[in-house]
This record gives sequence, C-alpha cells and structure tokens, in this order.
Amino acid sequence: MDKLFTVSPSPHIFSGDSTRKIMYRVAIALLPALLWAVFIFGLDTLRVTSIAVGACLGVEYIIQKYLMKQKPSISDGSALVTGILLAFNVPSGLPWWIIVIGAVTAIGIGKMSFGGLGCNIFNPALVGRVFLLISFPVQMNTWPSIAIDGVDSITSATPLSLIKEGLAKGMPVSEMLESMPPVSDLLLGYSGGSLGEMSALLLIIGGIYLMIRKVITWHIPVSVIATVILVSGVFWFSDPVEYINPVYHILTGGLMLGAIFMATDMVSSPMTPKGQIIYGVGIGIITICIRLFGAYPEGISFAILIMNAVTPILNMYCKPKRFGGR
Amino acid sequence: MLKTFKIGGVHPPGSKLSAGRPIENLPLPLSVFIPLAQHIGSPAVPVVARGDVVKTGQLIARSNGFVSANIHSSVSGKVKKIDSMADSSGYPRQGIMIDVEGDEWMEDIDRSETLSREIDVDGQEIIDKIQKAGIVGLGGATFPTHVKLIPPKGMKVEILLINGVECEPYLTSDHRLMLEKADEILTGTRFLMKALKVKKAVVGIEKNKPDAVRLFAEKSKSYEGISIIELKVKYPQGGEKQLIKAVTGREVPSGALPVAVGAIVSNVGTAFAVYEAVRKNKPLIERVVTITGKGLANPSNFKVRIGTPTSAIIEAAGGLPEDTGKIISGGPMMGRAITHPEMPVTKGTSGIILMKKTESRRQEVIECIRCSRCVRACPMGLEPYFLMTASEKNLFDIVEKERIMDCIECGSCSYICPSKRPLLDYIRYGKAKVGQIIRTRKK
Repeated sequence: MDKLFTVSPSPHIFSGDSTRKIMYRVAIALLPALLWAVFIFGLDTLRVTSIAVGACLGVEYIIQKYLMKQKPSISDGSALVTGILLAFNVPSGLPWWIIVIGAVTAIGIGKMSFGGLGCNIFNPALVGRVFLLISFPVQMNTWPSIAIDGVDSITSATPLSLIKEGLAKGMPVSEMLESMPPVSDLLLGYSGGSLGEMSALLLIIGGIYLMIRKVITWHIPVSVIATVILVSGVFWFSDPVEYINPVYHILTGGLMLGAIFMATDMVSSPMTPKGQIIYGVGIGIITICIRLFGAYPEGISFAILIMNAVTPILNMYCKPKRFGGR
Repeated sequence: MLKTFKIGGVHPPGSKLSAGRPIENLPLPLSVFIPLAQHIGSPAVPVVARGDVVKTGQLIARSNGFVSANIHSSVSGKVKKIDSMADSSGYPRQGIMIDVEGDEWMEDIDRSETLSREIDVDGQEIIDKIQKAGIVGLGGATFPTHVKLIPPKGMKVEILLINGVECEPYLTSDHRLMLEKADEILTGTRFLMKALKVKKAVVGIEKNKPDAVRLFAEKSKSYEGISIIELKVKYPQGGEKQLIKAVTGREVPSGALPVAVGAIVSNVGTAFAVYEAVRKNKPLIERVVTITGKGLANPSNFKVRIGTPTSAIIEAAGGLPEDTGKIISGGPMMGRAITHPEMPVTKGTSGIILMKKTESRRQEVIECIRCSRCVRACPMGLEPYFLMTASEKNLFDIVEKERIMDCIECGSCSYICPSKRPLLDYIRYGKAKVGQIIRTRKK
C-alpha cells in the first residue's frame, strides 16, 4: 500500500452547489418573464436580449483576456445574468448600438473596473441602465405600442410617466388612473414598460423559485415591497386625489423586477438579515421619494444604486448574532 | 417540533453506509504502535523499556501531570522499540511499538460480558478509576475525562449531557454502540452522574437514528435521573456548545467552558468506557472504529485495539480500493487526511473513511460572490468570508475583535461555499496567529 494519498485540511466533503449553478438558476427564474416579453413584444425581445447577453459576454471576455491578462471565466454565468437583466431594463425597440454601449458600461465600468466577479460595488446591469437613461433619454423612453388580439390595452408610455406628465399639467391622479390599465393588466403584464418589467406575476413566480432554490432569501424583496406599500400608503391615505395608490406603485415602474432580481444581487447587497432589511427599507423609501418628488417617473434603479453604496457600511455595522455573545 | 441549536448549521448527506453492520472484533494485528500523546495535554511517560514483556491492559506509560492520561498496552507481547511515527497531525510523535504474542490479559480485568448495574462505588473512587484507566473523551476531542469531572472552584454542575448525536456523515460507531451496549452506556452515565454529584442526565440522539432513540427511550426508564431527547438532524449538533444549546437552551459564553452554564458533555463511547473501567476494571485499550467509504467492499464497525495500523482495518473490510485518493481519520467534516495507511488507531479515532480519487480533489476556487451562505451556516454566528479575507491580509487585531477564536472549526463554511473558497483553511491560520498574540500578551 505504498502509494501517495491526497492530504488536505478538513472538511473533506463539499455541497454540490456552485456559483455557476446559482447564476444559471437566476437565469431560469427570469425565463417566464422573458417568454412573456416575447409574447408581448415579439421577436424584438429576442433581438434585444441576445445583443445584450452577447455584448456582455464579449466585453467580459475581451477585458479578461486582453486587459487583465487572466483566464476568461465568462461561463460562470454572471455576465449572462447581467446581460438578461440589462435587456429587461430597456425598451424593446432600442437600437442595437445603444444596447452595446449599455453592455460596455455595465460590464466594463460596473463590473470589471472594480476587479470582476464579486468585486463590484454596484449592480452592473443597473450601472448600464442608468447610464443609458441619462445619456439617451429619448430612446430610453420610447415605448412601442402593444396590441394583442382580444385585449384592448394599447399604450405608448408607461403608466408612471404618463401620471408624472399629467401631474405637471395639474391633472389629479385619481382621474388619470381611471384611464390607466387596470391592476389586473399590470399584474399579468398588459401595460407599457421595459422589456422584462411587464408582468408582476411572472416576476413573483421567478422570485418564489429563487427562494425555494435558496438563491435569495425573503428579506430584501419583502422589505422593499413592504416599505413601498407603507410609504406610498401614507401619502395616498393623506390625499388620494394627489397621490397614486400603493398597489399601483408596487405593480409599475419595474418595482418587482428591481425588488426581486436587481436589489437581491448578492455581490452588491448586504450579508446579514438585519443589513438586508435596512437596505430594503432604504430602497423602498428612496424609490417613493424619487417617484413623488424627483424628476424621473421611476426611481427604483437609482434607489438600488444608492443603497448599493451603503452596503459596505451595513456589512460593517450589522453583524450576525454571535453565539454566546456578551 | 424537535429541538436543535438556533444559529447556523448545514445538512450534509448522511452517507451512513455501515449503520446496519453490527460491531465485530477485529483480529489481533501482528504489532501495534501506541502513541504517547493520544489526548489533549502533556504526553504520557513510558514505564516500560525495549524488550519488556507486557500483558494486555498493563500500564505502559504514566500520565504526566493533571491534564494528561495513562496509556495501557492493548495487546500482550514484547516491547520492540520506543520510536516516533507521524500521527494524524502529520508530525512525528513518540510511541511504543509492541510485537503481539498471544493475548494474555492482566488478571484484575473482568473480561466477561455480563451486565452489572450496581452503582455501589463512591464518587471519588469513580474518578480515580477513570483516571487510572486513561479515559479520554472518545467523541474526538480526547480531553482527559477525569479533568472534566472535577469542575473549577465555584462552578456548579447541574446537568450531564450524553452525546449520542454522531452528526458527522459516514460515522456509525456511536450509533452501533448505542444499539448494542445501551445498558452499559446508561450505567456508565450513572457513574458519571455520581462522580459529578448531579441528579439529571440527558442523552441527546438525532432523529436519523430512530432505532437508538426507541431503545434508549425504553431502557432509560429504569435508570434514575436519565432521560433522552430526540433532536432534529443538523450538523454540527455534536459540537459541545451546540448540544448544550439544543438540549438546555443555554449558550456557553464566548471563551468560557460548558461548566459556566452548569453543563458537562460526554460522548456515549466515553460513558461505555467509564462503565468498563469502573465495573470491569478495564483500561481504555480498545474502541469502536467505523471503516467506510463509497468504494469499499464491506463498510463495517470494528472493535479495534488501540495502536492497530489503519491498514489492518482496511484489509478486514475488503482491502484498499484501487481508486482511493484520500484516507481520513475521523469524520469527513472535521477529520484529518492521513499520509500513510500504517498510521495507528488511537483513542480518538472514531472512523476511517476512504475517499475515491474523484471525491478527494478540491474544486477550482473562484471569487467570493458574497452570497452570505457561510454567514448563515456558521453555528457560532461569525462571518467566515470576512475572517478569511482579513486573515489572508494578516489583519490579526481585526479578526480577534471579530471573535475568530470562537470558531470551532466545524467546516460548515467551507462545506457550503458555492465558490469553493478555502474559508476554514485561512481561519485556522488566523486563529493560530491570534493565539500566538494572545499568549505573548499574557506573558
């Protein structure tokens, strides 16, 4: 029996899970919403998504291979998820070159400039999205008309931006809401908006899948959504004529997409349940503040990026409960 | 709802391949190598010399100080040499090599299997017999048992916990012992209770051993003050602090001993050894060892004489499989990989696991994605990802503040990490360095 054996410190067994599997699970969870977008927007969805994913993978590959001189690791699934999320956050009619600029910003500036996987402070897809929103406001706010047989919901702008415009003209919210798509349409996904934020229901189903597969926990999505309901509820309760009701708030403007898929990005969100809840509450408050008092009709992208910046501090101060703590 | 500890924990697959195999006696080896340091504390001092003829159960090395333990010959034969051999720590350790001739036992040892339940011995005598028999904690920590039985001044023990959890995957030696020697374990528990002057003892067993739970629930009825508790399956429930938390709800404060919350924990194997020492006058010269592995022909449980080479156990279980990549002494979560199969079984060897080549290699390490699974898995409420990074950067004052010394090295963090990061490896490094710093500070 004189052969050589492997010697390594314990533990000697490892869970079968891997970072790659986690990333692919996120991609699977996004699939229902993606298929719905194909149904609503047609082949444009596939065009936008494949350009976004392809550009993200390509940019990461080029930067790793030629700039950072390391072995490319694009198969880890993280650039794939960033690509899908970027596509989900833009209108379906966006020109290809703007999508590519978004991908370069998301991966190049949002992720690789910090050192790559695990090192970024901000959610890369949101960095890309917000860059495009500021740089190309016209194209980023051009929503295609959707018309589906049997459903008479046709719109060319998102409900929140219509309300924002109306408010600027002095129209009361309660009146405007009457001409907006009903709540059931928002839930199922028959209103205007970015590619992936259409159906709140399908996004929630994806979120439940992620929780069952233990990719995310309830803390962030629930605290974001609960805070939005609470804060917008206070305003709505004080003046239902001037303010949008909480249900409308959580079903529009990418809130579900943000709360379930963007805010929960592991790398840029806090580690402990306590930190995650503070983070979620922060996102909820900032979102409503931007929506009600800011220049943009939708606020969750900015809110998440702002709270991403707070994450390191939350990690420093929100420690887990120590065993035998004194 | 079954009880368990509150913070952290993981659920590795049980892989208890040998659970259905009764304990068999391993044939005597040709020679044994009995290390002098099989326990925590100072190594024992040999009292035999080369050429001496010894009997089974004869004292061959005397305990050196209070925190130390006697060592007895596990076989009869002639002392071949006193030499050193690498043990599971990887370092060469002194030990006594004995060539086996026959099996002649010391006359004062009662070798009969008859059960004797009388507790007619007083507390001090029990402690003396335990100390004389060289009994140490058989759960793996190998802390001398007699030391535990004399609590520090001012501390009061209220409850004795008997650890029948066996939360390590693969291992079944405690499980088999519980099924086959229930009365002996319970009698040993009564002895320990008497030595500690406690009225209450609780045997903790996890739900995945329903036969042992049933048996002990039935048997414990006829033992005064002993009850049993069925626990939820969760690793590392066999950890001292986790078991105390699960059973009593009390948390041992950071840096303190279990007795600080009035509890003492002993393994079922230790309770059995106590029974044999007090009732049968038998020193600790053999123990139950699980030999297992996915490629092994016959995963088994053997009663093995201390000092038996691992290779003899592997042979008895069907021989070393061709694709063996790693040999582990102990459980897969906390055991040590050994370098050579001649390494002897010691008092702390609960099992030998043969890992296939494919299971032996570590996977590629990638960046931390801050998924926080290690934080959720840590049973001590620490932040392994942070302790690893800070230890790697030699920030020892920071890791000390973040309670790195509370780490029990259970391996849950490394087990659960999806990026396969060597968290515990770096935490061990940090602990070693912080330990040094603390020792110099005290001087």
